[in-house]
Amino acid sequence: MELLGHYNYYVVVILMMIGLYTIIARGNLVKKVIGLNIFQTSVFILFISLGKISGASTPVWRDGVEVYSNPLPHVLILTAIVVGVATTSVALALAVRIHEAYGSLDDDELRGSHGPDDSIT
Amino acid sequence: MSPFSVVLIPFVGAILIALAGKRDRLRDGIGWATAIAFFLAVLGQLGPVLDGAGREQLLLEILPGLEIAFAVEPLGMIFALVASSLWLVATLYAQSYMKAGGYSHLGRFFASYAIALGAAAGVAFSANLLTMFIFYEVLSLSTYPLVAHSGTENARRGARVYLGYLLATSIGLFLVAIIWTWHAAGTLDFRPGGIIEGNIDPTWVPLLVALFMFGIGKAALMPVHRWLPSAMVAPAPVSALLHAVAVVKAGVFCVVKVAVFVFGTDFLVSTGSGIWVSWVAAFTIVAASLIALTLDDLKARLAYSTIAQLSYVVLGALVATPLAIAGATLQIVMHAFAKITLFFGAGAIQTAHDKKKISQLDGLGRAMPLTFGAFTIATLSIIGLPLFGGMWAKWYLLSGSIDAGQWVLVGALLTSSVLNIVYLLVIPARAFFLPSRDETAPAGIREAPWPMVAAMLITATCCVVLFFRPEPIFTLVEMLLPASEGFQ
Amino acid sequence: MSYHFGNWPPPFGIEYRVDAVNALLALLISGVALFLLPWAKTSVNLEIPERQGPFYALFLLALSGLMGITLTGDAFNVFVFLEISSLSTYALIAHGQDRRALKAAFRYLIMGTIGATFFLIGIGFLYAMTGTLNMADLAERLPEVRDSNVVHAALAFIVVGLGLKLALFPLHLWLPNAYAFAPNFITAFLAATATKVALYVMLRFIFTVFSPEFSFTAMPLAAVLMTLAIAGMVAGSWVAMFEVNLKRLLAYSSVAQVGYMVLGVSLVTAAGVAAGILHLFNHALMKAALFAALGTIYYQIGSVRLTEIAGMGRHMPWTFTAFALAGLSLIGVPLTAGFTSKWYLVIAALDAGQPWLIVIIMATSLLAIYYIWRVVEAAWFHDTPEGAALPNEAPLSLLVPLWVLVALNFYFGLDTRLNVGGAEAAARTLIGGAP
Repeated sequence: MELLGHYNYYVVVILMMIGLYTIIARGNLVKKVIGLNIFQTSVFILFISLGKISGASTPVWRDGVEVYSNPLPHVLILTAIVVGVATTSVALALAVRIHEAYGSLDDDELRGSHGPDDSIT
Repeated sequence: MSPFSVVLIPFVGAILIALAGKRDRLRDGIGWATAIAFFLAVLGQLGPVLDGAGREQLLLEILPGLEIAFAVEPLGMIFALVASSLWLVATLYAQSYMKAGGYSHLGRFFASYAIALGAAAGVAFSANLLTMFIFYEVLSLSTYPLVAHSGTENARRGARVYLGYLLATSIGLFLVAIIWTWHAAGTLDFRPGGIIEGNIDPTWVPLLVALFMFGIGKAALMPVHRWLPSAMVAPAPVSALLHAVAVVKAGVFCVVKVAVFVFGTDFLVSTGSGIWVSWVAAFTIVAASLIALTLDDLKARLAYSTIAQLSYVVLGALVATPLAIAGATLQIVMHAFAKITLFFGAGAIQTAHDKKKISQLDGLGRAMPLTFGAFTIATLSIIGLPLFGGMWAKWYLLSGSIDAGQWVLVGALLTSSVLNIVYLLVIPARAFFLPSRDETAPAGIREAPWPMVAAMLITATCCVVLFFRPEPIFTLVEMLLPASEGFQ
Repeated sequence: MSYHFGNWPPPFGIEYRVDAVNALLALLISGVALFLLPWAKTSVNLEIPERQGPFYALFLLALSGLMGITLTGDAFNVFVFLEISSLSTYALIAHGQDRRALKAAFRYLIMGTIGATFFLIGIGFLYAMTGTLNMADLAERLPEVRDSNVVHAALAFIVVGLGLKLALFPLHLWLPNAYAFAPNFITAFLAATATKVALYVMLRFIFTVFSPEFSFTAMPLAAVLMTLAIAGMVAGSWVAMFEVNLKRLLAYSSVAQVGYMVLGVSLVTAAGVAAGILHLFNHALMKAALFAALGTIYYQIGSVRLTEIAGMGRHMPWTFTAFALAGLSLIGVPLTAGFTSKWYLVIAALDAGQPWLIVIIMATSLLAIYYIWRVVEAAWFHDTPEGAALPNEAPLSLLVPLWVLVALNFYFGLDTRLNVGGAEAAARTLIGGAP
């Protein structure tokens, strides 16, 4: 029970690893951005899980409800999601510019054009 | 006049010289004006020192207790007097030499020269280790353009070795020693009797002595002597400046100053912490003399002779008995006048006859009698024969070592004097007495331009005068030593 | 000083709080921005001829982000401001003229976001354990739960995340290229502020939020930080010695200098932390001046490669002299700001009973001499390459602000009341516990 009861945290860890692996292992810049998104999402889920209280209801004031979920993590994550969206958009914009400048989005090809010292990640 | 404004004179002069740039007459005029003003200003400091109250000046306090401050005391006064008076002669010589040699970038050259002198004065008048260190580094940096002046690959390499050694030792060892001193003693001020005693465990003091003595790379104690021969690529006036006036003398001056005012002579004598470094100095004296014996390049031989002579001062400073300190101080003065003459001579030979090797000098004495005459006088002074100033230095160093019962050191000093005869005196001897090998050489006298010859004759004369009239210097030396023990 | 957003009292509302530590930081950031902007006017005109409006807007956004990080008293707020400043920084770096600037910005974005997310995870753990995000409140509540593994993990995540941001060795890989290809003005600004702010946040968390007792006894943080700091000092200086692109050279030197700051902190004494903060302040001054000088060189010569500045010191003496003087400060020559911080660092190391650190500090200083000296030697003592166009001296609009920056390096080396006093007060506040 204890193990299963924390299943959302295992999901968080698995998602985080998938995200990090994608960032490191994939050469394509867009795939790196996707990996970054997965990575961030895992943290969002972590926060939201923290706010969940078993048996509690939505944090809206009404009669007959004693236990509310903690609303603060949701609010925080709303902000973090906005930040994440902004990050993604900046990253994609950069990817577009890189494609314009180099004609490629593959890290290995970009690296080949300038010697080993300025590869990406 | 405050000590700092004396130090400032050459710096201001350097700026004006740099601005004058290619206008030869104006630049030389400023050069002379600076040198004379500097000399007079230094002389102006002498009065208060002789009255027993040298001027002190606190410029600013960087951190609590960490100050830029100046103080004029007899030892610094001696060094400043030597530097400023020889600068006058060197100006006479250098302006003529650089023109005769067809060098360019003279604005940069003379500006750096002036800065080097200002830095030397800063070292002389510094009231604490920090101030001394700052000017020590300014001196290293300002002489780099001088050493690398000709701009050839060879000159640059030599200059890089020069600067590399000086900076590496000063920052890697000297500064560490300063920091250690500060941490232990809580002050960096030069005080009579020293600041170390009671603050550092005596078992560690020899290490601190070593950090100071090897850290002051300008004193060219082996094995940090390599920079001196590699700086030989510089034009002759620079070599003269390096070897006689500013750089190495600043080095040994710092050594004496540290021995007297940081460690304190009584402390050094009673603990014997400095003795093993003085053996290193003795080894340097003999080894450098032996190396000098094998060298055919005139300036290189003189360079190794300098290394040996500098270690006399280190030796005297670390034996630290009153007589030895007196000898070390006198050696700074006497060696300065003699060595500058020798380098002037080497430069004159090169200017007039384009000869650099000792084996080429046979018979040249008949063509340059005045040059080689001056050369002989300076050589005899370095050997330490009576009638020449060098004798006083050797005399006190020997008596000091005998007093201390350091027979190894006595032996080294005597050996070195004999070696001096062999490797230095042989040079004028060959020039005067061997027949010229160069058949095509024109007969008759052909000296270097007159200002160069005049400069040599002045310094050579000083070598003799200093034998007969050393009293002014003795007076200053005496003020340096503990009052009870007159050394004459 | 404390300001409550929307008049909600902390710990419920967001609190802004100013004490000795971030007051100094805020002064530094705004001061650097103030002194760099006059230089930036001409610089930006030369490098970004069109669409300057968005560029300046991004710059101000980055500036406000950095100020926000500094002043806020709320852990989550730090994250938000960190991302605001980082995102605008990525875009600013991408403005560089070289197309490699795009790649550098992208790489920085990836690494920076990972760092920020790590930081966020750490905050999440803290929140899970204490139920608060206010730093002062966190500091009060953490001791109750200090034995929990979650708190240990939180500290680890926060330190690693911030380590990425402040380019602590070996997490510095993004920095050299980002600095090298960003517009010169941005390089100067970032070098002087961005990593410093990340270090400040790290200090704030290690000392104020977690308390030194926890950070350094429950976890071997001091040993880890010291090892990494020394590795960074040595590796950064070493690479800089062989670098021929001067902007990358200075970037690697920054990696080394970050090492000095972290080294001071890792001594965990008031003197050590003061030395770290002092170096933080002084390094901002010297790097701003150095990068500004380098930018000026770039505008006149069109390159900052060592081979192409050969002999140029004679043609643009004022610029190169400024570079050399700022370099002296970097080396730590007495009379410059750099000297005071190295002096404090060395004394702090001695007081902490670690005299062997002096050897490392001196050795890396020697390396610094070497790499600065290479520039000086190339500029003055090498011959101008054949056929190179001879540059003119830079315009006054670049030179005057540059020399003001250089003069600041000397001013703070001589009149040390502000930086030393500020750093000591800051260290006392940090070591003393809660703000």
